[in-house]
Amino acid sequence: METEGRFGIHGGQYIPETLMNAVNELTAAYEHYKNDPEFNRELQELFNEYANRPSRLYYAKKMTEDLGGAKIYLKREDLNHTGAHKINNVLGQALLAKKMGKTRLIAETGAGQHGVATATAAALMGMECVVFMGEEDTKRQALNVYRMRLLGAEVIPVKTGTATLKDAVSEAMREWTNRVSDTHYCLGSVMGPHPFPTIVRDFQAVISKEIKEQILEKEGRLPDVVMACVGGGSNAIGTFYHFIEDKDVQLIGCEAAGRGIDTFETAATVNTGRVGIFHGMKSYFCQDEYGQIAPVYSISAGLDYPGVGPEHAYLYDIGRASYVPVTDDEAVNAFEYLSKTEGIIPAIESSHAVAHAIKIAPTMDKDKIIVITVSGRGDKDCAAIARYRGEDIHE
Amino acid sequence: MSNIKNAFASGKAFIPFITCGDPDLDTTYEAVLKMAENGADLIELGIPFSDPTAEGPVIQGANIRALAGGVTTDKVFDLVRKIRKTVTIPLVFMTYANVVFSYGADRFISTCKEIGIDGLIIPDIPYEEKEEFTPYCEKYDVDLVSMIAPTSEDRIAMIAKEAKGFIYLVSSMGVTGMRTSFSDELGHIVEKIKEATDVPVAIGFGISGPEQAKNMAKIADGAIVGSAIIKILAEYGKEAPDKIGEFVKSMKNAVREA
Repeated sequence: METEGRFGIHGGQYIPETLMNAVNELTAAYEHYKNDPEFNRELQELFNEYANRPSRLYYAKKMTEDLGGAKIYLKREDLNHTGAHKINNVLGQALLAKKMGKTRLIAETGAGQHGVATATAAALMGMECVVFMGEEDTKRQALNVYRMRLLGAEVIPVKTGTATLKDAVSEAMREWTNRVSDTHYCLGSVMGPHPFPTIVRDFQAVISKEIKEQILEKEGRLPDVVMACVGGGSNAIGTFYHFIEDKDVQLIGCEAAGRGIDTFETAATVNTGRVGIFHGMKSYFCQDEYGQIAPVYSISAGLDYPGVGPEHAYLYDIGRASYVPVTDDEAVNAFEYLSKTEGIIPAIESSHAVAHAIKIAPTMDKDKIIVITVSGRGDKDCAAIARYRGEDIHE
Repeated sequence: MSNIKNAFASGKAFIPFITCGDPDLDTTYEAVLKMAENGADLIELGIPFSDPTAEGPVIQGANIRALAGGVTTDKVFDLVRKIRKTVTIPLVFMTYANVVFSYGADRFISTCKEIGIDGLIIPDIPYEEKEEFTPYCEKYDVDLVSMIAPTSEDRIAMIAKEAKGFIYLVSSMGVTGMRTSFSDELGHIVEKIKEATDVPVAIGFGISGPEQAKNMAKIADGAIVGSAIIKILAEYGKEAPDKIGEFVKSMKNAVREA
């Protein structure tokens, strides 16, 4: 049976009955407002005036020359207000929640970027905000915890399970079942039950919409490759979306391989997982033979998730996008490389995409074009990367 | 039609829940026998899942302990085979969609039939997604239990009309776990269910003592208790089965008075 919100066999609404009317209400509201000129005008104004859109498409000349192959452009989502692509989705969802009469936002966060973005939107729109964050991640990303609290949000450390992103999602879902009437669950990625994968994709699709306009203006043609890092996959789907129909544009998602896809310490879902049902959706998940969700690992708190959004699972199934594993080591090298080469400190998440570009650009002709989405800025990661390199610094 | 109707055939039903393998499968076996001896009308056997998103902290803890002890779906099937040598009351599994899906729905549900499991409760399978498993449930005559929540409202009739076995009415918002207050809409919801179906209704989530069980059984056809039993297990470990037997007896007596 074909149910709502499917991407091939993936997606769906695998959630407790308690939440069904809430997601149905959200679907109906979104169907209404997505075509409402006033809603879109307000959102565009928030994007432009508050979030600093459009973000730049920057020609990385030094990197291009150094690698000696394809021409490299960076889509600078790191220059958005709050320092990452997360704000695109959050402004959309917070505005929608406000229109629906909700007064409270709850969110999960891994690296803290989505939590910070949600706390920011809540402050701006005068809404209450509670963010669930794995206890392990509150340690890895202590600065972001402070930022959220500074913005007026309550941060609840989640101690269950692996105390990382998946547990934060579970806890946010539990809280939502507890209180749906005044609360909107501002999900941070293209995952979870329908309509979230579609809503989040639509709000993030501004990334590829802008890339297309910008690259046509700068180069007069479409790029050969667009690439982005993939955890749940929101910046990647935003980067891919308006190129899906352009079959000559190669779409590459870069997964966090952690210590390698031949180890258990990995979060590369498409590369190592299989189809399952979890967190409201059918998609690929890292799991054992009995369907128990695997404890995943990556240096990046934002990619440290055992699943992937259902639309990515579908794009993989039909061969439209490819998903490559990038290890911690490769990502850290790329983090340092982009900092030294272009003077741009990328988030460790985004560094996974930069790392893959470093591999493939030299193998491509000089007339080819790669666009890498730099999904966020790396200031938040400096202390953790220093520790990775054996330097004990305090934030 | 499965065996489940028998649980409701002689008055109000008391339905205890236990997570299989907490703290070990031998203790679960002993506890299930005690439950049956002491008047349980139907028993819910939980197959542990790594990330039980509909559970509160008490049952989450039981899931984690069971998995840490090495429990697997196959070991739970073996446990049921052993239980079925003496226990004849209806038994249902309570687990999450991925446990069934990853085992293979056909293989999982045909095994249920083979070992004497009468139904499945899967909290992350709402009405809209039940086709994921109902073809196999119909094929092997295992009931997929429908859940109705205080937020179901206009969905109640739709769900009730297609319900099989019994209807699991969630007492209040939130996850499993003991609580002091319940939705005051419950009586009204049961009325709406009864307008749509003859399938019995049992209320669960948060019921911990005889008084609450009695009040719920007054409204509906039965009461379901989980977290309170898991707490006894957490406190007494291998010594828990006798205590659970006493508890089930007191609850069953209370439900009878309803």
